[in-house]
Amino acid sequence: MSGLLTSSIARKVVMALSGIFLVFFLGQHFVINITSVIAPNTFNSWSHFMGYNPLVQYLLQPILIAGVVVHFAMGIALEIQNTRARTVKYAKYKGSANASWISRNMIITGLVVLAFLGLHMYDFWIHEMAYKYIEANPEDPTRYYEETVEKFEPLVRTVIYVASFGLLALHLLHGFASSFQTMGINNKYSPAIQTFTKIYAIGIPLGFAFIAIYHHLNPITH
Amino acid sequence: MKLTLKIWRQKDANSKGKMMDYAIDGIDGDMSFLEMMDVLNENLNNKGEEPVEFDHDCREGICGSCSLQINGEPHGPDRLVTTCQLHMRKFNDGDTITIEPFRAKAFPVIKDLIVDRTAFDRIQQAGGYISVNTSGNTQDANSIPIDKHDADDAFYSAACIGCGACVAACKNASAMLFTSAKISQYALLPQGQVEAVDRVQNMVRQMDLEGFGNCTNTGACEIECPKGISLENIARMNREYLSASVKG
Repeated sequence: MSGLLTSSIARKVVMALSGIFLVFFLGQHFVINITSVIAPNTFNSWSHFMGYNPLVQYLLQPILIAGVVVHFAMGIALEIQNTRARTVKYAKYKGSANASWISRNMIITGLVVLAFLGLHMYDFWIHEMAYKYIEANPEDPTRYYEETVEKFEPLVRTVIYVASFGLLALHLLHGFASSFQTMGINNKYSPAIQTFTKIYAIGIPLGFAFIAIYHHLNPITH
Repeated sequence: MKLTLKIWRQKDANSKGKMMDYAIDGIDGDMSFLEMMDVLNENLNNKGEEPVEFDHDCREGICGSCSLQINGEPHGPDRLVTTCQLHMRKFNDGDTITIEPFRAKAFPVIKDLIVDRTAFDRIQQAGGYISVNTSGNTQDANSIPIDKHDADDAFYSAACIGCGACVAACKNASAMLFTSAKISQYALLPQGQVEAVDRVQNMVRQMDLEGFGNCTNTGACEIECPKGISLENIARMNREYLSASVKG
């Protein structure tokens, strides 16, 4: 059992499980966010629920943060270990001959997504924490829609968000299906997993990009 | 065919190596890559220079001795062949060909293009075997019914010749395709069940100890493997490992 905690396979499985957890969180996040386009009142009430429900705040939120930290920390640790496994580099290495750019550069797309997460947390989470716990403002279930739309008024922020969603799509295109292989699932269902990965990995980030662009083009006029 | 060869030269394991250029002429497209190397070495011998050392044995794609990273790919640009089966017709007159040893921390260079691949032997020794009673009353193997698909899959896994191309191709220098093939060839057969739990744990432990990297599922190993060993083996190894960790 001790080997399970320290072996290369265990580390890969931790990456896979935390990755799948984050993938499904992303889907849930998208479902809430798309309501900001089609039903602002629903967006307000769902956001308020997520922001004040004790189960979400004190159980699910810490689990989510732990999932993000574990996924990125393990990814960086594995990358360091992998780099050390080839101390003398090839003079000529034709990686494109046998593997996709996406699969060979998960660390790059992953670090960009991590940087984006920093911006995203600054934009929304830190603001939310300050609103609730530092400024101690009273509950206002109607504020979320306006606050969200206002965030996308600057073109620069919208462009950064859309570009990040593009790299997130690339990360998911390899990572999602790859997680199943790591967990030992390579069977007759694998083609279906590959197809679902393509739909999900392109569809969800595309949806997030649409929301950002939609709010940028439809600012709130007072 | 006239070629320029850029070859890694390294005196011994402790010396610093470097790429050196060699011009070669009169190469026929029907020659194998190793025959081209033979011509080069004959030329070097005739000039009183040190020949280029490289591994080879059967020259029939069976033994797994030959290696070489050719133009950035293990065993060169052809698919499902070892370097000894690679023909010079895959190259064009005037080409520059880069020839390097397989690179991995676990495969240290011994001399020139020869690397020490005994890490694979140690992984195999850690669990790649079955216990067979040979006391005189050995059971007839044909009396044990085995599903045709399992027998076929075990055979495909056992086709791994342990050349190390999977490690050489992998951007992480991972040995998971080799290790998983050697685990799979037993995991699929009834004879392999007795030591199944210890086998996968010990072989994975040894693989990690040797300093190989981790698989990130790029699939490069499967593409470059001269025997077409499938990534399914890695998934099977992971299943076996997780199951063994819970049981053992």
